[in-house]
Amino acid sequence: MNCDAVIREISGYLDGELDLTRKQDLELHLTTCTECTLIIDQTKMTVELFCNEEPVELPQDVRSRLHEALLRKIKQTGD
Amino acid sequence: MLCATLKGEDRKVGLIPHPNVTLSVANPHRLPSTVAREDEHLLVAAAKRGDTTAFEELVNRYERKIFRLTMNITRNREDAEDAMQDAFLKSYTHLKDFDGDSRFYTWLVRIAANEALMRLRKRRPNQFSLDEPVEGDDDLMPRELEDWGPKPDQRFAQTEMHEILSGVIDNLEPDFRTVFVLRDIEELSTEETAKALGISVPAVKSRLLRARLKLREKLNRYFRRSVPN
Repeated sequence: MNCDAVIREISGYLDGELDLTRKQDLELHLTTCTECTLIIDQTKMTVELFCNEEPVELPQDVRSRLHEALLRKIKQTGD
Repeated sequence: MLCATLKGEDRKVGLIPHPNVTLSVANPHRLPSTVAREDEHLLVAAAKRGDTTAFEELVNRYERKIFRLTMNITRNREDAEDAMQDAFLKSYTHLKDFDGDSRFYTWLVRIAANEALMRLRKRRPNQFSLDEPVEGDDDLMPRELEDWGPKPDQRFAQTEMHEILSGVIDNLEPDFRTVFVLRDIEELSTEETAKALGISVPAVKSRLLRARLKLREKLNRYFRRSVPN
């Protein structure tokens, strides 16, 4: 497997979707290619940073309007 | 799913509420967002029977995440609020149609994503093209490649990191951003993402790869060792 092929397989590798042969080929390439290793490590960290970020608190005015709209909907449905 | 894999056991939260909080739909405003999600189906069943406090608990539980989703797709606060509100209202109206094949949250994400996408298409009709052909795999090799050093994220305060992440995702093209948000932040499967967006599975995979690589490249400008704090 060359560098271009590794880049195309990054998502499949990180998501654990590669079959065993492809995974072994890719990992063999990584043993000798520091650039691809760096790209994979940094791509993994990129995803990790986004998926670990906690959602910010809902602004109070936004939350109030949401719950008021829901109450109106519930009342309207019940009528 | 990478995000779920990275979070590992943290995602398998049991039915253990916060020690200072009573787990009761009678007191929904005090429930933390980290409360167990395994009881979701009980809340949905109660809401389907007409228990409005159960539905309100579902709203309380997911409102922050749904607002994050609609903000991430629209990148416009007014549109994000409208999309979130309409998503919750539609989920209430159509709750009886929810068949339980997926998690309620996944169903809600699909509704919210559609609401957000409608607004994005209206606001940026020429920049959004979910139905275009799948891109080729040419030109994927990253151009900027530098060492980030150990734990580069720890060089930034939480607020600063939030601004960095917000800035880089804001600059990602909408069709890449939307796929990344649904797959890597909201943790929909490839198939669920394809269904939600009305595109093919290969298109989702192609755009997810490109989105991840583009975001890595954008973050490189902040994390490379040569950049002073």
